[in-house]
Amino acid sequence: MWTVLACLMPPLILSVFIFGIQTLIITAVSVISCVLVEAVSQKALGRPITIRDGSAALTGVLLAFVIPPGVPYLLPVLGAVMAIYVGKHLLGGIGYNIFNPALLGRAFLLATFPVAMTSAWLPPLHDLAIFTHLGAGADAVTAATPLAVMKEQGMEAFTQAFGSGTSLYTSFFLGWRPGCIGETSGFLIVLGGCYMLYRGYITWHIPVSVLGTIALLSWIFGGKALFSGDPLLAILSGGALLGAFYMANDYVTSPTNKISQLIYGVGIGALTVLIRLKGGYPEGICYAILLMNPLSSVLDSFFKPKRFAPPVGGDK
Amino acid sequence: MNSLLTFPLGGVHPPEAKGQTAGLVIERMPVPDELEIILGQHIGAPCTPTVKKRDVVGEGAMIGEVQKGLGVPLHSPVAGTIKDFGMSAHPMRVTSPSITIAVDHDAIPVTYPRNDWSGLTAAELLGRVHDAGIIGIGGAGFPTHVKLKPPPDAKIDKLLLNGAECEPYITADHRQMLELAADIIEGARIIAKILGIGECIIGIEENKPDAIQVMAEAARAASSAECTIRVQALRVKYPQGSEKQLIQALTGRKVPSMALPSTVGVVVHNVSTARAICDAVVSGKPLYEKVMTISGGGITRPANLLVKVGTRASDIVAYLGGVKPELAKVIMGGPMMGFAVSNLDVPVTKTTSSILFLTEKEIDTRPHSQCIRCGWCLAACPMGLEPKEIGVFVEANRAEDTAQFGVFDCFECGSCAFICPAKRPLVQFIRLAKMKARR
Repeated sequence: MWTVLACLMPPLILSVFIFGIQTLIITAVSVISCVLVEAVSQKALGRPITIRDGSAALTGVLLAFVIPPGVPYLLPVLGAVMAIYVGKHLLGGIGYNIFNPALLGRAFLLATFPVAMTSAWLPPLHDLAIFTHLGAGADAVTAATPLAVMKEQGMEAFTQAFGSGTSLYTSFFLGWRPGCIGETSGFLIVLGGCYMLYRGYITWHIPVSVLGTIALLSWIFGGKALFSGDPLLAILSGGALLGAFYMANDYVTSPTNKISQLIYGVGIGALTVLIRLKGGYPEGICYAILLMNPLSSVLDSFFKPKRFAPPVGGDK
Repeated sequence: MNSLLTFPLGGVHPPEAKGQTAGLVIERMPVPDELEIILGQHIGAPCTPTVKKRDVVGEGAMIGEVQKGLGVPLHSPVAGTIKDFGMSAHPMRVTSPSITIAVDHDAIPVTYPRNDWSGLTAAELLGRVHDAGIIGIGGAGFPTHVKLKPPPDAKIDKLLLNGAECEPYITADHRQMLELAADIIEGARIIAKILGIGECIIGIEENKPDAIQVMAEAARAASSAECTIRVQALRVKYPQGSEKQLIQALTGRKVPSMALPSTVGVVVHNVSTARAICDAVVSGKPLYEKVMTISGGGITRPANLLVKVGTRASDIVAYLGGVKPELAKVIMGGPMMGFAVSNLDVPVTKTTSSILFLTEKEIDTRPHSQCIRCGWCLAACPMGLEPKEIGVFVEANRAEDTAQFGVFDCFECGSCAFICPAKRPLVQFIRLAKMKARR
């Protein structure tokens, strides 16, 4: 838990540079609320208090990472109640929760505070690649996310706002774009993900199948004609990377067998692209993961690990 | 040397911790004043005493035998007087019936001259193995003469000797391979003759290069046209020394669930059992002594000891200068599969390969928490099982429903519990599951 938290610190620090100190306050509110809600729920439910295991703090950081930086401070508090009390402890506590708590918190906030959750974006502070395109006079409040611009105003407006080609990829990869607190910097998220892979905490199956499916399906269906979409942009925008490395991989809510993990990842990727292209929301990975979460144990009971040598003539 | 072999599925790499004793020559521990010989030392029916209270027995005399069922006779490790029949502390059964012998320190130790065995028939050799009370001393304690008499329809073509010694800390087999290589190889030749097979492979993990070298030389010297003996180095991975894993590593054959190695044409014995077979056949010496490793940060002087069966752990502690104040846990057997003991009155049996005195630093005393379904136990399980599922079922009082997960394949190697980040006692859960699912 603490290692995962450490992996999430670089994107947090970067987001402070991009969006200002506001993001740090939101994250702090979220973490403190999550830890407090965990302690209170465990006390109320008569369970041992385990706030020291770091899982509530991790949920707090992840919750903050998937809400826009300009929201009122009440939102992360409410999100924490939903995530920890309802999403985690009412469903049985750590290990037994069906849905990813942080994403459940986000889904709840998105449904109850749709305006704040879809418009409280902050423009990046520094005048780097992306902002030469936005122009000095651009209104800060119109800093819509790239996916929203693309969905609502089309590709031309998108290119106008965020540029194209290598400079676009670079700025998205480094994180200089509007978006949720922790989702913008592809580079630092991938770096943290690679570290977790190196340490053996996660395996490649889920992130690769999620991102691979998003890239493939966006390439096929994302453009005006078939096979003309932009797979790289699809991965770098929205919460795809954060979702693939930190949300879909959540031990508790993802399958444990490798084949089920691949199916689960492909399912998340496919649902993400479906929601992005055909659904009502610009970004779909949150719902895609929440929809696949309950299938985890079903997949696991369907695909069993390979036994050393099954008994001759099958199990009695 | 051949390239390194290992088993492909699962496995873990616990710290080896063999350095404390790997370089220490086996020393004979002086006989204590009293021995407690547990009657049920092997798998099968426990022995019935053949002696009475106050009987005087000689070293190597039979003191118990199995009248009905599976088993081997029991011998007195010393000259002395039968003092009592009572109950002894036991690491697994809490207490177990035993014979207490008061040692006669003035008796002259018995010597066993070596005899030529080449004229004996397989049946005669087998009889000697049984009469000497030989059991699998690698840990299981299965009567050896039964393993040497495979079902008639099984075609055995390979004998495997297990010198993997994959449990951390333990160096007893390592030292025996270094110091008694010729005896082990002779034991292998006897087994090969009993079974009528011409090929023997000795598997040794590569963290014992000296043993590999010594054993390879002894094997080369003893190999003949009828029986080739060779040493195969194995990659270090736990549980390499498990029977099914070793067979797969050395021959590529897979023993099906619930089946014996003979179904794939293989018989496996531990190197120390081979040495005991050599003693039994060549010198007529019954099995009543045991080479074991005493190690861990909690003992004043770690050692490889040759002790009499029936020696209490407390006598060993006294001989080795006592325990250190940091001692936190005493384990009989290896740290992965052994059992913690709560008092030091436990006597050594034929299958005790080590007693470990571990400090707080060497063990993990954190309480366990809920399963977070990380799946590490699935990757670690050498049998391809799902320890996490079994644990969750047991915690939910549904232990009897766990047969679907193949719990009976589990040989309790402890890889899952070792790797579990929540420190869950998965082996204990599985033992419970096995007990309930059997009913």
